[in-house]
Amino acid sequence: MIENIKKLENIINSELTSKIQSSIIENDELKIEINDNDLIEVVQFLKSNEKCKFRQLIDIAGVDYPDEEKRFQLVYLFLSHEYNFRIKVLINFETNQVINSLTKIFPSANWMEREVFDMYGVKFKNHPDLRRILTDYGFKGHPLRKDFPLTGFNEVRYSEKEKKVIYEPVKLEQNYRNFDFESPWEGTDYIKEIKQKEKDGKKN
Amino acid sequence: MVKKTKSLNLNFGPQHPAAHGVLRLILELDGEVVEKADPHIGLLHRGTEKLIEQKTYTQALPYFDRLDYVAPMNQEHAFALAAEKLLNIEVPIRAKYIRVIFCEIGRILSHILNVTTQALDVGALTPSLWGFEERETLMTFYERASGSRLHANYFRTGGVHQDIPLKLIEDIEKFCKSFPKIIDDLEGLLTDNRIFKQRNVEIGIVSKQEALDHSFSGVMLRGSGVAWDLRRSQPYEIYKDLDFKIPIGKNGDCYDRYLCRIEEMRESVKIIIQCIEKLPKGPVKSIDGKISPPNREDLKQSMEALIHHFKLFTEGYRVPKGDVYSAVEAPKGEFGVYLISDGSNKPYRCKIRAPGFSHLQAMDYLIRGHMLADVPAVLGSLDIVFGEVDR
Repeated sequence: MIENIKKLENIINSELTSKIQSSIIENDELKIEINDNDLIEVVQFLKSNEKCKFRQLIDIAGVDYPDEEKRFQLVYLFLSHEYNFRIKVLINFETNQVINSLTKIFPSANWMEREVFDMYGVKFKNHPDLRRILTDYGFKGHPLRKDFPLTGFNEVRYSEKEKKVIYEPVKLEQNYRNFDFESPWEGTDYIKEIKQKEKDGKKN
Repeated sequence: MVKKTKSLNLNFGPQHPAAHGVLRLILELDGEVVEKADPHIGLLHRGTEKLIEQKTYTQALPYFDRLDYVAPMNQEHAFALAAEKLLNIEVPIRAKYIRVIFCEIGRILSHILNVTTQALDVGALTPSLWGFEERETLMTFYERASGSRLHANYFRTGGVHQDIPLKLIEDIEKFCKSFPKIIDDLEGLLTDNRIFKQRNVEIGIVSKQEALDHSFSGVMLRGSGVAWDLRRSQPYEIYKDLDFKIPIGKNGDCYDRYLCRIEEMRESVKIIIQCIEKLPKGPVKSIDGKISPPNREDLKQSMEALIHHFKLFTEGYRVPKGDVYSAVEAPKGEFGVYLISDGSNKPYRCKIRAPGFSHLQAMDYLIRGHMLADVPAVLGSLDIVFGEVDR
């Protein structure tokens, strides 16, 4: 299994050469990082090349790293039935950058990109129908961004007075409490180190 | 004189018994023929992925029961596998067997519900009455193992929560002996039924290529003749050692998918019987005290166990930095979890890949040109559960 993945890594690296920024194998999974301009070409290659045949787009996952210069990351997961491979294709980009849509190559990218747009506010070029998908009609903001509060901004209730459902700013009886349970002591490693030292000492 | 025709817009749902949940489907009709379907989803969106980012790994697990609430443990399995891969820990062999038994029970649970409600959508009432009786039995098995009928929270990172009670295995075995008879009965009602066939044969046909392009998985893919099952092609747990067949459809229509589901239930029964025969003795969760909580007895005696218990249920365990995608063959298709850890006790990002999401997306392509009455039949055969579509 792992040899096949290494072979695949070699093929991709030799065919796409300069387009691959980095490629690593982690947890038995191949991950390649590319420039967002090359996305269409690389995906087209992965889908049509005889030695890859990644004919199914499994999912598109957005990730938000607010501290990085290139804040957003998209992870495309592909699957090849013929060779039983999986691959992750990563692109990093800045906040207002527009990304090429994959809907021409994979029809199923449609809703996946809509979801990324909904959750992160990433815009896609040449997408046939870029609307919100999971959030409410008329929703504002992009909930999976790290700066979006867990409790949100608006809450909904049925108003007996107005005889309809109304939107109000969130009122909490008690603020959301995020306890930090993380211990400052590196318990296990600390003990391991001491034991290691003892062992080393005995040998000497 | 030229007659002007106007297409009719019809709102199907969100409160419609055949919509299998809260689906709002906006149909554009020309007479009775559907010209366009625009599914509006998200009415059951609960922000699972956002919530998981705020919880420790132990606390995140129960959210997976609430996705596809028809087969809860299969979802938990995907998350547990992802976390185990990142932590790089081994699961004891007995836990693997128990997991497989309950995953297959989940598969039967889901397929019974789907097959019988699909029959209900096209006009047959009896199958659901018969099928739900069996579901009830299966859910009592869930209850006896985990304490609850639906939201089990039974699979944990490193194994399962606790060992199964002694008599449970005997009862599951008994069920496995009696259940094939029930499948026969259901088939007697449906498989050769003229009305059922008229409503399902050659409805919602998916070709091999289209199934791949639309990211179909599970029965939707196999119904179209693609031999692909993660239990066989990328085996996890002990599926490698088990003997089972993978039923494949020929025409890719609603009827073939129904047949696939029926056959899969029979295969699941076989898998459970094999697991019961081989079920080894031993621990059911990882013995690593930093990951799985200590025994109740140890808590009374051992100081270390007490500390571990306290730390595990406040801080939780920390997962090494990295990202991982792990998928399982859930009853509805490939259910995957893409997990990114930043080295802390909470997932940095947890993307859930729900099979129903891609299946429902293809609704427009599947239903175009069909009659309005075929909408529930196609929707039924897609096997949609809104818990996982909306997340």
